[in-house]
Amino acid sequence: MITLEHIYWIMGLLAGGVAIVNLRDHTNPKRYNNAIFWGLYALTFLIGSRLPHFANGCLVIGMVLVASIGKLGQGAGESTTREQREASAARWGNRLFIPALTIPAVTLLGTFVLKGAQLHGVPLVDQKQITSISLGLATVVALAVGMVMLRPPALAPLHEARRLWDSVGWAAVLPQMLASLGALFAVAGVGKVVAGLAERWIPLGSPLVAVVTYTVGMALFTMIMGNAFAAFPVMTAGIGLPLIVARFGGDVVVMASVGMLSGFCGTLMTPMAANYNIVPAVLLELPDEYAVIKAQIPTALILLTVNTFIMYLFVYRRA
Amino acid sequence: MLTLIGILIVVAGFALRLNPLLVVTVAGLATGLASGLGPIEVVTAFGKAFIESRYVAIVWLVLPVIGLLERAGLKERARTVIAGIPAATAGRVLTIYFTVRQITAALGLTSLGGHAQMVRPLVAPMAEAAVENRYGEIPIATRRRIRAHSAAADNVAVFFGEDIFIAIGSILLIKGVLEQNGIRVEPTQLAVWAIPTAISAWLIHVTRLMLLDRSIRRELTAAAREDA
Repeated sequence: MITLEHIYWIMGLLAGGVAIVNLRDHTNPKRYNNAIFWGLYALTFLIGSRLPHFANGCLVIGMVLVASIGKLGQGAGESTTREQREASAARWGNRLFIPALTIPAVTLLGTFVLKGAQLHGVPLVDQKQITSISLGLATVVALAVGMVMLRPPALAPLHEARRLWDSVGWAAVLPQMLASLGALFAVAGVGKVVAGLAERWIPLGSPLVAVVTYTVGMALFTMIMGNAFAAFPVMTAGIGLPLIVARFGGDVVVMASVGMLSGFCGTLMTPMAANYNIVPAVLLELPDEYAVIKAQIPTALILLTVNTFIMYLFVYRRA
Repeated sequence: MLTLIGILIVVAGFALRLNPLLVVTVAGLATGLASGLGPIEVVTAFGKAFIESRYVAIVWLVLPVIGLLERAGLKERARTVIAGIPAATAGRVLTIYFTVRQITAALGLTSLGGHAQMVRPLVAPMAEAAVENRYGEIPIATRRRIRAHSAAADNVAVFFGEDIFIAIGSILLIKGVLEQNGIRVEPTQLAVWAIPTAISAWLIHVTRLMLLDRSIRRELTAAAREDA
Protein backbone atom coordinates (compact mmCIF):
# COMPACT_ATOMS: atom_id res chain seq x y z
CA MET A 1 0.00 0.00 0.00
CA ILE A 2 1.26 3.46 -0.90
CA THR A 3 0.97 5.81 2.06
CA LEU A 4 1.99 9.37 2.79
CA GLU A 5 5.21 7.94 4.24
CA HIS A 6 6.40 7.06 0.71
CA ILE A 7 5.69 10.61 -0.48
CA TYR A 8 7.67 11.86 2.53
CA TRP A 9 10.64 9.76 1.40
CA ILE A 10 10.59 11.57 -1.95
CA MET A 11 10.37 14.88 -0.09
CA GLY A 12 13.32 13.81 2.05
CA LEU A 13 15.38 12.92 -1.02
CA LEU A 14 14.53 16.27 -2.61
CA ALA A 15 15.45 18.25 0.52
CA GLY A 16 18.61 16.16 0.97
CA GLY A 17 19.60 16.74 -2.66
CA VAL A 18 19.05 20.47 -2.26
CA ALA A 19 21.27 20.38 0.86
CA ILE A 20 24.08 18.67 -1.06
CA VAL A 21 23.85 21.02 -4.05
CA ASN A 22 24.05 23.94 -1.61
CA LEU A 23 27.04 22.45 0.19
CA ARG A 24 29.01 22.28 -3.05
CA ASP A 25 28.01 25.74 -4.28
CA HIS A 26 30.87 28.19 -3.66
CA THR A 27 28.83 31.13 -5.04
CA ASN A 28 26.58 30.99 -1.96
CA PRO A 29 28.24 32.83 0.95
CA LYS A 30 26.01 30.98 3.44
CA ARG A 31 26.31 27.56 1.84
CA TYR A 32 26.96 25.69 5.11
CA ASN A 33 23.88 27.24 6.75
CA ASN A 34 21.71 26.33 3.77
CA ALA A 35 23.09 22.79 3.73
CA ILE A 36 22.40 22.31 7.46
CA PHE A 37 18.90 23.81 7.19
CA TRP A 38 17.75 21.64 4.29
CA GLY A 39 19.68 18.65 5.63
CA LEU A 40 17.81 18.76 8.95
CA TYR A 41 14.55 19.24 7.06
CA ALA A 42 15.37 16.17 4.96
CA LEU A 43 15.83 14.15 8.17
CA THR A 44 12.33 15.08 9.41
CA PHE A 45 10.95 13.50 6.24
CA LEU A 46 13.26 10.49 5.92
CA ILE A 47 13.31 9.29 9.53
CA GLY A 48 10.90 11.65 11.32
CA SER A 49 8.24 8.97 11.68
CA ARG A 50 10.67 6.68 13.50
CA LEU A 51 12.47 9.19 15.72
CA PRO A 52 11.13 10.01 19.18
CA HIS A 53 9.16 13.26 19.03
CA PHE A 54 11.65 14.93 21.36
CA ALA A 55 14.41 14.33 18.78
CA ASN A 56 12.18 15.75 16.05
CA GLY A 57 11.55 18.80 18.21
CA CYS A 58 15.32 19.27 18.52
CA LEU A 59 15.75 18.98 14.73
CA VAL A 60 13.13 21.68 14.24
CA ILE A 61 14.70 23.99 16.83
CA GLY A 62 18.05 23.44 15.10
CA MET A 63 16.52 24.53 11.77
CA VAL A 64 15.02 27.62 13.38
CA LEU A 65 18.33 28.62 14.97
CA VAL A 66 20.23 28.20 11.69
CA ALA A 67 17.64 30.23 9.76
CA SER A 68 17.14 33.01 12.31
CA ILE A 69 20.58 33.47 13.85
CA GLY A 70 22.85 32.05 11.15
CA LYS A 71 20.70 33.30 8.22
CA LEU A 72 20.27 31.55 4.89
CA GLY A 73 21.83 32.68 1.61
CA GLN A 74 21.33 32.14 -2.09
CA GLY A 75 23.68 30.89 -4.77
CA ALA A 76 24.30 32.63 -8.11
CA GLY A 77 21.14 33.25 -10.14
CA GLU A 78 19.58 31.44 -13.04
CA SER A 79 21.27 28.65 -14.97
CA THR A 80 20.16 29.93 -18.39
CA THR A 81 20.16 33.47 -19.84
CA ARG A 82 17.05 35.28 -20.97
CA GLU A 83 18.13 34.83 -24.62
CA GLN A 84 18.56 31.08 -24.15
CA ARG A 85 15.16 30.80 -22.54
CA GLU A 86 13.48 32.81 -25.28
CA ALA A 87 15.11 30.61 -27.93
CA SER A 88 14.01 27.50 -26.06
CA ALA A 89 10.48 28.88 -25.64
CA ALA A 90 10.29 29.55 -29.39
CA ARG A 91 11.56 26.06 -30.15
CA TRP A 92 9.17 24.18 -27.85
CA GLY A 93 6.14 26.45 -28.21
CA ASN A 94 2.99 25.40 -26.41
CA ARG A 95 4.41 21.94 -25.76
CA LEU A 96 6.11 23.54 -22.74
CA PHE A 97 2.72 23.64 -21.04
CA ILE A 98 2.35 19.85 -21.23
CA PRO A 99 4.47 18.89 -18.19
CA ALA A 100 3.06 21.83 -16.19
CA LEU A 101 -0.52 20.77 -16.91
CA THR A 102 0.38 17.13 -16.24
CA ILE A 103 0.47 17.99 -12.53
CA PRO A 104 -3.23 18.92 -12.12
CA ALA A 105 -4.31 16.34 -14.71
CA VAL A 106 -2.61 13.41 -12.99
CA THR A 107 -3.65 14.64 -9.53
CA LEU A 108 -7.23 14.69 -10.69
CA LEU A 109 -6.97 11.32 -12.42
CA GLY A 110 -5.33 9.87 -9.32
CA THR A 111 -8.10 11.01 -7.00
CA PHE A 112 -10.64 9.16 -9.16
CA VAL A 113 -8.67 6.07 -10.19
CA LEU A 114 -7.03 5.36 -6.84
CA LYS A 115 -10.29 5.62 -4.92
CA GLY A 116 -11.18 2.05 -4.06
CA ALA A 117 -8.39 0.59 -6.24
CA GLN A 118 -7.15 -2.68 -4.76
CA LEU A 119 -4.26 -5.05 -5.28
CA HIS A 120 -4.73 -8.57 -3.86
CA GLY A 121 -7.52 -7.26 -1.66
CA VAL A 122 -5.38 -4.51 -0.13
CA PRO A 123 -6.08 -0.87 -1.03
CA LEU A 124 -3.43 0.37 -3.46
CA VAL A 125 -3.09 3.68 -1.63
CA ASP A 126 -4.06 4.94 1.82
CA GLN A 127 -7.68 5.94 1.16
CA LYS A 128 -7.63 8.78 3.69
CA GLN A 129 -4.78 10.57 1.95
CA ILE A 130 -5.69 10.13 -1.71
CA THR A 131 -5.42 13.80 -2.73
CA SER A 132 -2.03 14.37 -1.11
CA ILE A 133 -0.64 11.11 -2.47
CA SER A 134 -2.03 11.85 -5.95
CA LEU A 135 -0.36 15.27 -5.91
CA GLY A 136 2.93 13.69 -4.87
CA LEU A 137 2.73 11.04 -7.60
CA ALA A 138 1.65 13.65 -10.17
CA THR A 139 4.81 15.68 -9.58
CA VAL A 140 6.92 12.58 -10.23
CA VAL A 141 5.02 11.80 -13.46
CA ALA A 142 5.27 15.44 -14.61
CA LEU A 143 9.00 15.45 -13.92
CA ALA A 144 9.41 12.26 -15.97
CA VAL A 145 7.46 13.83 -18.86
CA GLY A 146 9.59 16.97 -18.65
CA MET A 147 12.86 15.00 -18.58
CA VAL A 148 11.94 12.84 -21.59
CA MET A 149 10.72 15.84 -23.56
CA LEU A 150 13.42 18.40 -22.81
CA ARG A 151 16.41 16.07 -22.22
CA PRO A 152 18.23 18.42 -19.81
CA PRO A 153 21.35 17.39 -17.85
CA ALA A 154 20.40 14.70 -15.32
CA LEU A 155 20.88 16.91 -12.27
CA ALA A 156 19.09 19.94 -13.74
CA PRO A 157 15.80 19.34 -11.83
CA LEU A 158 17.68 19.26 -8.53
CA HIS A 159 19.61 22.45 -9.33
CA GLU A 160 16.40 24.19 -10.42
CA ALA A 161 14.53 23.02 -7.33
CA ARG A 162 17.42 24.38 -5.26
CA ARG A 163 17.19 27.76 -7.03
CA LEU A 164 13.43 28.04 -6.39
CA TRP A 165 13.49 26.66 -2.85
CA ASP A 166 16.34 28.90 -1.76
CA SER A 167 14.51 31.89 -3.22
CA VAL A 168 11.63 30.99 -0.89
CA GLY A 169 14.07 30.18 1.94
CA TRP A 170 12.78 29.75 5.49
CA ALA A 171 9.27 30.78 4.38
CA ALA A 172 8.94 27.30 2.85
CA VAL A 173 8.82 25.82 6.35
CA LEU A 174 6.62 28.51 7.91
CA PRO A 175 3.21 26.95 7.06
CA GLN A 176 4.26 23.74 8.78
CA MET A 177 5.53 25.66 11.82
CA LEU A 178 2.26 27.55 12.08
CA ALA A 179 0.29 24.33 11.87
CA SER A 180 2.41 23.08 14.78
CA LEU A 181 1.75 26.28 16.72
CA GLY A 182 -1.97 25.78 16.16
CA ALA A 183 -1.69 22.30 17.64
CA LEU A 184 0.11 23.68 20.72
CA PHE A 185 -2.54 26.40 21.08
CA ALA A 186 -5.16 23.68 21.06
CA VAL A 187 -3.32 21.65 23.72
CA ALA A 188 -3.00 24.74 25.91
CA GLY A 189 -6.70 25.62 25.52
CA VAL A 190 -6.12 29.07 24.01
CA GLY A 191 -9.46 28.96 22.20
CA LYS A 192 -11.52 28.49 25.34
CA VAL A 193 -9.80 31.41 27.07
CA VAL A 194 -10.54 33.71 24.12
CA ALA A 195 -14.18 32.62 23.89
CA GLY A 196 -14.54 33.16 27.64
CA LEU A 197 -13.19 36.69 27.32
CA ALA A 198 -15.59 37.45 24.46
CA GLU A 199 -18.58 36.19 26.46
CA ARG A 200 -17.61 38.27 29.45
CA TRP A 201 -16.86 41.57 27.71
CA ILE A 202 -19.26 41.85 24.76
CA PRO A 203 -22.92 42.65 25.44
CA LEU A 204 -24.80 40.04 23.41
CA GLY A 205 -28.31 41.22 24.10
CA SER A 206 -29.80 41.37 20.59
CA PRO A 207 -30.02 39.00 17.62
CA LEU A 208 -28.07 41.43 15.43
CA VAL A 209 -25.25 41.85 17.94
CA ALA A 210 -25.01 38.06 18.27
CA VAL A 211 -24.62 37.69 14.48
CA VAL A 212 -22.04 40.48 14.22
CA THR A 213 -20.08 39.08 17.14
CA TYR A 214 -20.09 35.63 15.59
CA THR A 215 -19.03 36.64 12.04
CA VAL A 216 -16.47 39.25 13.12
CA GLY A 217 -15.30 36.95 15.90
CA MET A 218 -14.78 34.12 13.39
CA ALA A 219 -12.69 36.44 11.21
CA LEU A 220 -10.62 37.85 14.10
CA PHE A 221 -10.07 34.51 15.76
CA THR A 222 -9.08 33.00 12.39
CA MET A 223 -6.55 35.80 11.98
CA ILE A 224 -5.03 34.90 15.35
CA MET A 225 -4.99 31.15 14.74
CA GLY A 226 -4.20 31.39 11.00
CA ASN A 227 -6.91 28.86 10.26
CA ALA A 228 -10.71 29.02 10.19
CA PHE A 229 -10.84 25.34 11.16
CA ALA A 230 -9.32 26.16 14.54
CA ALA A 231 -11.65 29.10 15.12
CA PHE A 232 -14.91 27.40 14.09
CA PRO A 233 -15.41 24.90 16.97
CA VAL A 234 -14.58 27.52 19.60
CA MET A 235 -16.75 30.34 18.24
CA THR A 236 -19.61 28.00 17.38
CA ALA A 237 -19.71 26.39 20.82
CA GLY A 238 -19.11 29.75 22.54
CA ILE A 239 -21.40 32.14 20.67
CA GLY A 240 -23.11 30.55 17.66
CA LEU A 241 -25.01 27.69 19.25
CA PRO A 242 -25.91 29.16 22.69
CA LEU A 243 -26.92 32.60 21.39
CA ILE A 244 -27.87 32.62 17.70
CA VAL A 245 -29.51 29.19 17.74
CA ALA A 246 -30.63 28.53 21.33
CA ARG A 247 -31.58 31.98 22.60
CA PHE A 248 -32.69 33.74 19.40
CA GLY A 249 -33.97 30.72 17.46
CA GLY A 250 -31.67 31.02 14.44
CA ASP A 251 -31.15 28.36 11.79
CA VAL A 252 -28.11 26.22 12.49
CA VAL A 253 -27.27 25.48 8.84
CA VAL A 254 -27.15 29.14 7.75
CA MET A 255 -25.18 30.05 10.84
CA ALA A 256 -22.57 27.34 10.43
CA SER A 257 -22.10 27.70 6.68
CA VAL A 258 -21.85 31.49 6.56
CA GLY A 259 -19.88 31.49 9.81
CA MET A 260 -17.15 29.33 8.31
CA LEU A 261 -17.01 31.61 5.25
CA SER A 262 -16.62 34.62 7.57
CA GLY A 263 -13.61 32.85 9.00
CA PHE A 264 -12.18 32.53 5.47
CA CYS A 265 -12.36 36.35 5.20
CA GLY A 266 -10.02 36.40 8.20
CA THR A 267 -7.67 33.92 6.49
CA LEU A 268 -7.19 36.44 3.67
CA MET A 269 -5.94 39.08 6.13
CA THR A 270 -3.41 37.30 8.33
CA PRO A 271 0.30 36.46 8.01
CA MET A 272 -0.49 33.44 10.21
CA ALA A 273 -1.99 31.76 7.12
CA ALA A 274 1.50 31.71 5.68
CA ASN A 275 0.97 29.17 2.91
CA TYR A 276 -1.72 31.35 1.33
CA ASN A 277 -0.35 34.79 2.12
CA ILE A 278 3.39 34.84 2.85
CA VAL A 279 4.71 31.98 0.70
CA PRO A 280 3.25 33.35 -2.59
CA ALA A 281 4.67 36.81 -1.85
CA VAL A 282 8.12 35.28 -1.51
CA LEU A 283 7.56 32.93 -4.44
CA LEU A 284 6.65 35.87 -6.67
CA GLU A 285 9.79 37.73 -5.54
CA LEU A 286 7.89 40.55 -3.83
CA PRO A 287 10.08 42.42 -1.31
CA ASP A 288 7.04 43.20 0.87
CA GLU A 289 5.97 39.92 2.52
CA TYR A 290 2.57 41.44 3.24
CA ALA A 291 1.91 42.51 -0.39
CA VAL A 292 -0.56 39.68 -1.05
CA ILE A 293 -2.44 40.37 2.19
CA LYS A 294 -2.68 44.06 1.26
CA ALA A 295 -4.16 43.11 -2.13
CA GLN A 296 -6.75 40.92 -0.36
CA ILE A 297 -7.86 43.14 2.53
CA PRO A 298 -10.49 45.19 0.60
CA THR A 299 -12.17 42.05 -0.76
CA ALA A 300 -12.03 40.41 2.67
CA LEU A 301 -13.59 43.36 4.53
CA ILE A 302 -16.39 43.92 2.00
CA LEU A 303 -17.16 40.22 1.90
CA LEU A 304 -17.19 39.97 5.70
CA THR A 305 -19.78 42.76 5.75
CA VAL A 306 -21.80 40.97 3.06
CA ASN A 307 -21.60 37.71 5.03
CA THR A 308 -22.87 39.43 8.15
CA PHE A 309 -25.86 40.78 6.19
CA ILE A 310 -26.53 37.39 4.58
CA MET A 311 -26.53 35.73 7.96
CA TYR A 312 -28.68 38.36 9.64
CA LEU A 313 -31.24 38.31 6.79
CA PHE A 314 -31.61 34.54 6.58
CA VAL A 315 -30.59 32.94 9.86
CA TYR A 316 -33.69 34.08 11.75
CA ARG A 317 -36.11 33.81 8.84
CA ARG A 318 -36.08 30.08 8.12
CA ALA A 319 -36.40 28.77 11.64
CA MET B 1 -4.76 34.32 30.95
CA LEU B 2 -1.10 33.32 30.81
CA THR B 3 -1.95 30.86 28.03
CA LEU B 4 -2.52 33.86 25.74
CA ILE B 5 1.17 34.78 25.91
CA GLY B 6 1.76 32.95 22.62
CA ILE B 7 -0.70 35.19 20.79
CA LEU B 8 0.98 38.26 22.26
CA ILE B 9 4.41 37.05 21.12
CA VAL B 10 3.14 36.31 17.61
CA VAL B 11 1.42 39.68 17.21
CA ALA B 12 4.44 41.60 18.56
CA GLY B 13 6.93 39.53 16.59
CA PHE B 14 5.09 39.85 13.29
CA ALA B 15 4.56 43.59 13.86
CA LEU B 16 8.29 44.08 14.51
CA ARG B 17 9.04 41.89 11.47
CA LEU B 18 11.36 39.59 13.37
CA ASN B 19 12.14 36.28 11.67
CA PRO B 20 8.72 34.55 11.67
CA LEU B 21 10.21 31.07 12.19
CA LEU B 22 11.82 32.27 15.42
CA VAL B 23 8.69 34.14 16.51
CA VAL B 24 6.46 31.11 15.97
CA THR B 25 8.84 28.75 17.74
CA VAL B 26 9.21 31.03 20.76
CA ALA B 27 5.42 31.54 20.86
CA GLY B 28 4.86 27.78 20.73
CA LEU B 29 7.39 27.02 23.47
CA ALA B 30 6.06 29.86 25.65
CA THR B 31 2.46 28.70 25.25
CA GLY B 32 3.43 25.16 26.21
CA LEU B 33 5.36 26.31 29.28
CA ALA B 34 2.55 28.67 30.31
CA SER B 35 0.06 25.81 30.20
CA GLY B 36 2.16 23.87 32.69
CA LEU B 37 4.22 21.52 30.49
CA GLY B 38 7.89 20.93 31.36
CA PRO B 39 10.66 21.99 28.90
CA ILE B 40 11.18 18.46 27.52
CA GLU B 41 7.44 17.90 27.14
CA VAL B 42 7.13 21.18 25.25
CA VAL B 43 9.86 20.26 22.77
CA THR B 44 8.27 16.83 22.40
CA ALA B 45 4.84 18.34 21.72
CA PHE B 46 6.35 20.72 19.19
CA GLY B 47 8.24 17.92 17.40
CA LYS B 48 5.10 15.78 17.29
CA ALA B 49 3.01 18.62 15.86
CA PHE B 50 5.67 19.41 13.25
CA ILE B 51 5.92 15.79 12.09
CA GLU B 52 2.13 15.47 11.90
CA SER B 53 1.95 18.65 9.78
CA ARG B 54 4.39 17.42 7.12
CA TYR B 55 1.59 16.95 4.59
CA VAL B 56 1.45 20.77 4.28
CA ALA B 57 4.86 20.65 2.56
CA ILE B 58 4.01 18.13 -0.19
CA VAL B 59 3.26 20.99 -2.59
CA TRP B 60 7.02 21.72 -2.77
CA LEU B 61 7.47 18.52 -4.76
CA VAL B 62 6.38 20.56 -7.80
CA LEU B 63 9.60 22.60 -7.65
CA PRO B 64 11.89 20.30 -9.70
CA VAL B 65 9.53 20.15 -12.67
CA ILE B 66 8.48 23.82 -12.47
CA GLY B 67 12.15 24.86 -12.20
CA LEU B 68 13.03 22.66 -15.14
CA LEU B 69 10.28 24.22 -17.26
CA GLU B 70 11.28 27.74 -16.23
CA ARG B 71 14.81 26.93 -17.34
CA ALA B 72 13.39 25.89 -20.71
CA GLY B 73 11.45 29.15 -21.09
CA LEU B 74 7.96 28.41 -19.68
CA LYS B 75 7.40 31.97 -18.40
CA GLU B 76 8.61 33.43 -21.70
CA ARG B 77 6.18 31.18 -23.58
CA ALA B 78 3.29 32.20 -21.31
CA ARG B 79 4.08 35.83 -22.16
CA THR B 80 4.17 35.11 -25.89
CA VAL B 81 0.75 33.47 -25.76
CA ILE B 82 -0.77 36.55 -24.15
CA ALA B 83 1.06 38.84 -26.59
CA GLY B 84 -1.05 37.24 -29.35
CA ILE B 85 -4.29 38.38 -27.69
CA PRO B 86 -4.66 42.18 -28.08
CA ALA B 87 -7.81 42.35 -25.90
CA ALA B 88 -5.95 40.93 -22.89
CA THR B 89 -5.52 43.09 -19.79
CA ALA B 90 -4.18 42.10 -16.37
CA GLY B 91 -7.68 42.35 -14.91
CA ARG B 92 -9.23 40.23 -17.66
CA VAL B 93 -6.53 37.54 -17.45
CA LEU B 94 -7.05 37.34 -13.69
CA THR B 95 -10.84 37.39 -14.04
CA ILE B 96 -10.69 34.35 -16.32
CA TYR B 97 -8.34 32.54 -13.95
CA PHE B 98 -10.50 33.53 -10.97
CA THR B 99 -13.68 32.24 -12.59
CA VAL B 100 -12.18 28.93 -13.70
CA ARG B 101 -10.53 28.43 -10.32
CA GLN B 102 -13.73 29.17 -8.39
CA ILE B 103 -15.88 26.89 -10.54
CA THR B 104 -13.42 23.99 -10.45
CA ALA B 105 -13.05 24.41 -6.67
CA ALA B 106 -16.84 24.28 -6.36
CA LEU B 107 -16.68 20.92 -8.17
CA GLY B 108 -14.15 19.72 -5.61
CA LEU B 109 -11.12 20.16 -7.88
CA THR B 110 -9.12 22.36 -5.51
CA SER B 111 -5.82 20.89 -6.66
CA LEU B 112 -6.19 22.43 -10.15
CA GLY B 113 -4.26 25.53 -9.21
CA GLY B 114 -2.00 26.93 -6.57
CA HIS B 115 0.82 29.40 -6.17
CA ALA B 116 3.82 27.22 -6.99
CA GLN B 117 2.30 25.28 -9.86
CA MET B 118 0.06 27.86 -11.60
CA VAL B 119 0.48 31.43 -10.33
CA ARG B 120 4.27 31.79 -10.46
CA PRO B 121 4.97 30.02 -13.78
CA LEU B 122 1.79 30.89 -15.72
CA VAL B 123 -0.79 33.30 -14.30
CA ALA B 124 1.46 36.11 -13.06
CA PRO B 125 3.64 36.18 -16.23
CA MET B 126 0.47 36.27 -18.35
CA ALA B 127 -1.05 39.14 -16.36
CA GLU B 128 2.25 41.06 -16.56
CA ALA B 129 2.56 40.38 -20.29
CA ALA B 130 -0.94 41.75 -20.91
CA VAL B 131 0.13 45.07 -19.39
CA GLU B 132 3.46 45.08 -21.24
CA ASN B 133 1.64 44.62 -24.54
CA ARG B 134 -0.30 47.81 -24.02
CA TYR B 135 2.20 50.07 -22.31
CA GLY B 136 5.66 48.66 -23.07
CA GLU B 137 8.15 48.35 -20.21
CA ILE B 138 6.26 48.64 -16.89
CA PRO B 139 7.59 50.13 -13.63
CA ILE B 140 8.66 47.61 -11.00
CA ALA B 141 6.03 48.84 -8.50
CA THR B 142 3.22 48.13 -11.00
CA ARG B 143 4.74 44.75 -11.81
CA ARG B 144 4.73 43.82 -8.11
CA ARG B 145 1.15 44.98 -7.71
CA ILE B 146 0.05 42.73 -10.58
CA ARG B 147 1.89 39.79 -9.03
CA ALA B 148 0.28 40.35 -5.63
CA HIS B 149 -3.13 40.45 -7.30
CA SER B 150 -2.36 37.21 -9.15
CA ALA B 151 -1.76 35.42 -5.85
CA ALA B 152 -4.83 37.08 -4.30
CA ALA B 153 -7.07 35.92 -7.17
CA ASP B 154 -6.04 32.31 -6.55
CA ASN B 155 -6.76 32.54 -2.80
CA VAL B 156 -10.11 34.31 -2.98
CA ALA B 157 -11.37 32.06 -5.78
CA VAL B 158 -10.52 28.81 -4.03
CA PHE B 159 -11.69 29.89 -0.55
CA PHE B 160 -15.14 30.93 -1.75
CA GLY B 161 -15.57 28.15 -4.28
CA GLU B 162 -14.61 25.05 -2.33
CA ASP B 163 -17.40 25.23 0.25
CA ILE B 164 -19.98 24.56 -2.45
CA PHE B 165 -18.51 21.08 -2.77
CA ILE B 166 -19.99 18.74 -0.19
CA ALA B 167 -16.96 16.55 0.51
CA ILE B 168 -14.48 19.34 1.22
CA GLY B 169 -12.68 19.50 4.58
CA SER B 170 -14.46 22.57 5.91
CA ILE B 171 -17.94 21.16 5.27
CA LEU B 172 -16.96 17.89 6.94
CA LEU B 173 -15.55 19.84 9.89
CA ILE B 174 -18.80 21.81 10.29
CA LYS B 175 -20.78 18.59 10.21
CA GLY B 176 -18.45 17.02 12.78
CA VAL B 177 -18.55 19.97 15.19
CA LEU B 178 -22.33 20.20 15.04
CA GLU B 179 -22.65 16.46 15.61
CA GLN B 180 -20.51 16.75 18.74
CA ASN B 181 -23.09 19.26 19.93
CA GLY B 182 -25.91 16.85 19.15
CA ILE B 183 -27.13 18.43 15.90
CA ARG B 184 -27.29 16.49 12.64
CA VAL B 185 -27.11 18.43 9.37
CA GLU B 186 -26.83 17.40 5.75
CA PRO B 187 -23.65 18.47 3.88
CA THR B 188 -25.79 19.48 0.88
CA GLN B 189 -27.70 22.06 2.99
CA LEU B 190 -24.43 23.55 4.20
CA ALA B 191 -23.10 23.68 0.63
CA VAL B 192 -26.23 25.46 -0.65
CA TRP B 193 -25.74 28.22 1.93
CA ALA B 194 -22.21 28.76 0.63
CA ILE B 195 -23.59 29.88 -2.74
CA PRO B 196 -24.72 33.46 -1.84
CA THR B 197 -21.25 34.22 -0.45
CA ALA B 198 -19.57 32.61 -3.48
CA ILE B 199 -21.52 34.84 -5.87
CA SER B 200 -20.81 37.92 -3.72
CA ALA B 201 -17.09 37.06 -3.68
CA TRP B 202 -17.06 36.83 -7.50
CA LEU B 203 -18.85 40.17 -7.90
CA ILE B 204 -16.65 41.96 -5.39
CA HIS B 205 -13.36 40.61 -6.61
CA VAL B 206 -14.06 40.91 -10.33
CA THR B 207 -15.10 44.53 -9.77
CA ARG B 208 -11.81 45.10 -8.00
CA LEU B 209 -9.92 43.53 -10.92
CA MET B 210 -11.67 45.93 -13.32
CA LEU B 211 -10.66 48.81 -11.06
CA LEU B 212 -7.12 47.44 -11.10
CA ASP B 213 -7.07 47.70 -14.90
CA ARG B 214 -8.34 51.23 -14.67
CA SER B 215 -5.79 52.30 -12.10
CA ILE B 216 -2.95 50.71 -14.11
CA ARG B 217 -4.12 52.58 -17.21
CA ARG B 218 -4.26 55.89 -15.38
CA GLU B 219 -0.87 55.31 -13.79
CA LEU B 220 0.97 54.25 -16.94
CA THR B 221 -0.56 56.77 -19.37
CA ALA B 222 0.25 59.54 -16.86
CA ALA B 223 3.82 58.24 -16.65
CA ALA B 224 4.06 58.18 -20.47
CA ARG B 225 2.83 61.76 -20.68
CA GLU B 226 5.45 62.90 -18.19
CA ASP B 227 8.15 61.22 -20.26
CA ALA B 228 7.01 62.95 -23.46
